[in-house]
Amino acid sequence: MASTLSMVMGNMAFGRLKRHTVIPGFRVTLAFTLLYLAIVVLVPLSSLFFKASELSPHELWETISSERVMHAYKISFGISFLAAAINSVFGLIIAWILCRYRFPGKKIVDAMVDLPFALPTAVAGIALTALYAPQGWVGRYLEPMGIHVAFTPLGILIALLFVGLPFIVRTVEPILQDADRELEEAALSLGATRWQTFRLVIFPSIFPALLTGFAMAFARGLGEYGSVIFIAGNIPKLSEIVPLVIVIKLEQYDYAGATAIACVMLIASFLLLFIINWLQKWNQKQTRNT
Amino acid sequence: MTTGHTRSPVTESPLIQCVLMFLGLGFMAVLVLLPLASVFAEAFRSGWKAYHDALVTPQAWSAVRLTLLVAAIAVPLNVLFGLAASWAIAKFDFVGRGLLMTFIDLPFSVSPVISGLIYVLLFGANGWLGAWLSEHDIEIIFAVPGLVIATIFVTFPFVARELIPLMEEQGTEEEEAAIMLGAGGWRTFFSVTLPNIKWGLFYGVLLCNARAMGEFGAVSVVSGHIRGKTDTIPLHVEILYNEYNFVAAFAVASLLTILALVTLLLKTLIEFKFAPEIKARKKA
Repeated sequence: MASTLSMVMGNMAFGRLKRHTVIPGFRVTLAFTLLYLAIVVLVPLSSLFFKASELSPHELWETISSERVMHAYKISFGISFLAAAINSVFGLIIAWILCRYRFPGKKIVDAMVDLPFALPTAVAGIALTALYAPQGWVGRYLEPMGIHVAFTPLGILIALLFVGLPFIVRTVEPILQDADRELEEAALSLGATRWQTFRLVIFPSIFPALLTGFAMAFARGLGEYGSVIFIAGNIPKLSEIVPLVIVIKLEQYDYAGATAIACVMLIASFLLLFIINWLQKWNQKQTRNT
Repeated sequence: MTTGHTRSPVTESPLIQCVLMFLGLGFMAVLVLLPLASVFAEAFRSGWKAYHDALVTPQAWSAVRLTLLVAAIAVPLNVLFGLAASWAIAKFDFVGRGLLMTFIDLPFSVSPVISGLIYVLLFGANGWLGAWLSEHDIEIIFAVPGLVIATIFVTFPFVARELIPLMEEQGTEEEEAAIMLGAGGWRTFFSVTLPNIKWGLFYGVLLCNARAMGEFGAVSVVSGHIRGKTDTIPLHVEILYNEYNFVAAFAVASLLTILALVTLLLKTLIEFKFAPEIKARKKA
């Protein structure tokens, strides 16, 4: 399959090379790229769908729609969505103050935004659990108020807020940076209040970027594993995420079951990837227009 | 804390500025800074000696060695791939280019758990190649090669996606000039292309390495958690944590946290010093 694919793509490439160039190395670099891509990514990923096709449609449906798995979908999709939504608000505020205001330590805050990208997820997971456990720095103040974070769905939300934040800030920031301040001045001189200016001038220009960041954070949340499993408590039907269900099935040697659920999640991520690509194109168009 | 001010006449009222600063920085402090601080607080909870003792155990050392080994294989391979892919994609125009770039980005949208699962399906005892592999006594799953290949998968796009926009931005004129003047392909690459992309390349390697050493989900699925044999640092952290050995878990986790902080520091320095080059990347 790999070789056919690379041949097809190679033929497409060689056959219709658009312009002539003196630069060498096209065939060899493209061949290496396609071969490596096929071996590391495409063949292993396709094995997922082949394995799932070993199940009969009935078995497949039973597996991916069992009660426990349905609850896990609800938890994964629901909390990822909520986390991405909350992050959209705070991420926008953080991008805003980083772009527009001056304050001491700004460079450090800017660098810290990327910490969730750089910190291994397992470390984030145990650190958040320690914070929100009943004796933790934050947990000890929340527990008396009756707010239980660690080992509840709320804990999943905290973990997904952590991993998703940089996506929003980093997609909105460049747009805010490039935004034309003269438009805002024009709005002001035409008598618009600052809120009206934000709502009618600034927000429409950053909206595509914000939506892109939202979709990226949502996609990341769906697949997230390391930071969630420590804090979630992993109680079936209550705080069990889909990636964990896959791991549990795998540990029970139920490969077909794990694969079937993985396929559902993979299709969801590909759909999201497709939407994100489309949003990014919209975003670029929007940026050019303004 | 001073409230920000800008030179532009259009800005929010000081009150709104204060509120936004409070919300933004407060969110950052609670969500990002506190977990960071708590790693070190928990690691040193029982003092320096306990911290030191947790780090000098044979298991911790073998985890460190294994992590370094996995990164030392995975990162150079992905650098090689990134260079080849960006050369083909950025310097030439061909049909299917966009599709190829989408394929290169695929591993970023796959859950780490699924990234591990696909190799279990391929190389595991019941997998496609499982019977053949066991006949030839080759261990991949629950062994070091599995960790390496899962790490290659999750860090696959980093270098390529840094280099492609950068090399596109720089165009082909300099290379064409070098070739016209009689330089060979390799010479052109080493004396023309590489100096132009070196900081972007370093940036990509940095991110690739951070992820390679910190990956948890994918390696957790393929490792089988054999203590002292297939435990990378993140997996060792998990084992210690699940044994309620919290001080040791956080002590080992603090190593990874330091790695993350060094990565961020270097990243910030590169961005600061080589802003134009990095900007090209962000634009694309």
